[in-house]
Amino acid sequence: MTGPLLRIEDLHVSFSTRRGMVEAVRGVTLSVDEGEVLGLVGESGSGKSVTGFATTRLLDAAGRITAGRIVFRGQDITQIPSGDFRHLKGAAMSMIFQNPRAALNPIRAIGQQLADAILTHRRISKDEARAASLDLLRAVQIRNPEQRMTAFPHELSGGMCQRVMIAIAISCNPALLIADEPTTGLDVTTQKVVMDLLAAIAAERGMATILITHDLGLASRYCRRVVVMEKGRLVEEAEPLELFHAPKHPYSKRLVAASPTVSSRVEDLVPDEERGPFLAARLAPKPAPAPGTPLLLDIKSLTKRYDDGPAAIADFSMAMAAGESVGLVGESGSGKTTTSRTICRLIDPTEGEILFDGYSIGHVPARDFHRSPFRKDIQIVFQDPNESLNPRFNGFDCIAHPLLRLGKMKPGAALTKRVRECAERVGLPPDLLERFPHQLSGGQKARVGIARAIACRPRLLVLDEPTAALDVSVQAVVLQLLDRLRREDNLAFLFVSHDLNVVRMMCDRTIVLRNGGIVEEGESRAMFENPKTDYTRELIEAVPHIGRAPALAVT
Amino acid sequence: MTAATLRHAAWILRGNPLTGIAAAGVFALVLIAIFGPSIVPYDPVSSDVPQALQPPSWAHLAGTDQLGRDSFSRLIVATRLDLTIAVSAVGVSFVLGAVIGSLCGYIGGRLDRAVGRFVDVLMAFPLFVLAMAMVAALGNRIENIVIATAIINLPFYIRFSRAEVNIRRNLGWVEAARACGDSHLSVVLRFLLPNILPAMAVQMSLNLGWAILNAAGLSFIGLGVTPPTPEWGIMVAEGARFISTGKWWLVAFPGLSLMLAVLCFNLLGDGMRDILDPRMRT
Repeated sequence: MTGPLLRIEDLHVSFSTRRGMVEAVRGVTLSVDEGEVLGLVGESGSGKSVTGFATTRLLDAAGRITAGRIVFRGQDITQIPSGDFRHLKGAAMSMIFQNPRAALNPIRAIGQQLADAILTHRRISKDEARAASLDLLRAVQIRNPEQRMTAFPHELSGGMCQRVMIAIAISCNPALLIADEPTTGLDVTTQKVVMDLLAAIAAERGMATILITHDLGLASRYCRRVVVMEKGRLVEEAEPLELFHAPKHPYSKRLVAASPTVSSRVEDLVPDEERGPFLAARLAPKPAPAPGTPLLLDIKSLTKRYDDGPAAIADFSMAMAAGESVGLVGESGSGKTTTSRTICRLIDPTEGEILFDGYSIGHVPARDFHRSPFRKDIQIVFQDPNESLNPRFNGFDCIAHPLLRLGKMKPGAALTKRVRECAERVGLPPDLLERFPHQLSGGQKARVGIARAIACRPRLLVLDEPTAALDVSVQAVVLQLLDRLRREDNLAFLFVSHDLNVVRMMCDRTIVLRNGGIVEEGESRAMFENPKTDYTRELIEAVPHIGRAPALAVT
Repeated sequence: MTAATLRHAAWILRGNPLTGIAAAGVFALVLIAIFGPSIVPYDPVSSDVPQALQPPSWAHLAGTDQLGRDSFSRLIVATRLDLTIAVSAVGVSFVLGAVIGSLCGYIGGRLDRAVGRFVDVLMAFPLFVLAMAMVAALGNRIENIVIATAIINLPFYIRFSRAEVNIRRNLGWVEAARACGDSHLSVVLRFLLPNILPAMAVQMSLNLGWAILNAAGLSFIGLGVTPPTPEWGIMVAEGARFISTGKWWLVAFPGLSLMLAVLCFNLLGDGMRDILDPRMRT
């Protein structure tokens, strides 16, 4: 066949909303050759997923292709009737989604779901379909495939579910696979396994792949060509190495700079002109603590068990001084959330001691801790900014809440002034304080959450994956903000994250957790350069970095 | 009520004019309930036997009953009683149900299981029969109709608020409220309850219609409000005796009033959900 497998020409997609038509994709032109892996990179709202959905005709009812052509194997698929398209979809092109658990039917065994997908497109007997399903499970390297055939999605881990989704997607040997954020939400090690598998399958079957992702590192590791999208437009198209070392478009430059790498520092993430005046603060030497000052936080053999189950954390000990920043790293199920909530005294430890500033606070029941004088000293910033703000509070109410409760302030001019100060410190424009959470962007919500946490001038701030739900460019700004606040207030950070690059930049020391226990701890830089345990090394190596040659040589 | 809220309400009404009509209907019902008794043309309880069983005319818009009482005046006056019963019954079950249900949903565990089983037992009864039994046992008084209606509505509110709180109890902003120094109780009452209010308001509006029917039903079978008090249920009950002789207006007008009232509350419920939910605003 001549010409590319898929050619998108000047695609425009609009959504009808309350405010009239909104253009999500404004003139995208790109092409994918047979067997090629193309990375489609952009932040939220860039139109990358919409482009993918338009290609597979999965736009929701409000969305419409207003102009342009999508030519697949020489045929404009925007013009063919939907009945014919159904045969094309699945058999010639298929799609995998971000949340595999939501994409699988929870009440059907995975073997049946696979067989369903096969039988939709091929006229074979049920037994043959079963056999084919088994082969597919083997192809996606699921252990004990015979037993897994009867398993239900909830019995499988997230990574396993995504493998099943891949198996379904490749069941009819499509020529084109569109993977929309296939590993977002998976642990780094799982992400690596799933992506390696996907790349291997694509290479083996000569399947063209469009990898839609926000993660430049991921695109750089697995794609031969990367397309950067911004606000519905295609801004740059290049080979990954070229793009990451010499981005041409200003937006690509910002994006590349904002993506943390093995060597980047917090101040590198945002271009000079947008950087705040915090270099001076960094250079000022940290005052040495006076001798005899108790540690800010001293945890001794902390154990937490939910009901009678196995310990979520066992024998966890750590200590940190005032103004220190400690990273807590681990994959899902490692107990990092339990640890952070216990330290925040939102849940009670089963055993062990928590000393804050020399006082034992572990024995105060969590239900009474709101009356403790230390409540305002230990504050927390939550993971998902969308979920961490009360939908019925506007920005002002959110920030005023701890001041009213813990700061014992009364509504009035003083409170208004204080809230505005807090907003200003986190770089939130005062006019946004009137808005409700749903009227704010993710980054603005994150700022409100941070302003709320620092409003009462805490001494220890627990950060529970504070940037995991944010775009990289927003993450860069938020990380800088946090770093600046820490230096200004001599705040201690307990930074919980699965993102090793972020932890390395933000924290003096790092603790690696696995299955509720400490695997390794030490000075961040040294640990990342020279991990002592295999597990830590595995974690570090699984992180996709931009600027390195693609890990998988496509043959 | 800020300008933004009003604009939002206006937007909702444009998209869904039925809500506006329903709201106007409910508003009219409330006005009638307040001012009706002082503007009716005839005394609703004084009989005028020579005028008995007159069909609708300009003098008697809804005709007269077997004692010659003006049906239209009785319909108007009855509005206040029926609405009062419904609103107070729904109010009681909302307050109790929301508090009990939210606590169950938030705390979970033994309390949740105990209340859950109690609710199951309550719902295993035919609810109307349960209400009948309660009124019969407690005595034929208006307070008792309110209590009986409130109790049979309680399970819906408990279950509803329990489920709504349960899905929210582990969200970041609930934990954040605790980190900001709120006790568990304060989190439930000041954070979770206001957040489930929009959904509860829908339930309440739908329930008001149902409570009116329930009160009328109890009166219809002779429990609850007693004659000669004007009440839609009693009017239907009394009129039913004459329907075979073609005196249709005795049943038709109170029935129509009931239907319109219930319909207005039901339609309003759906519209309210859209207006009260701040996430629908942009």
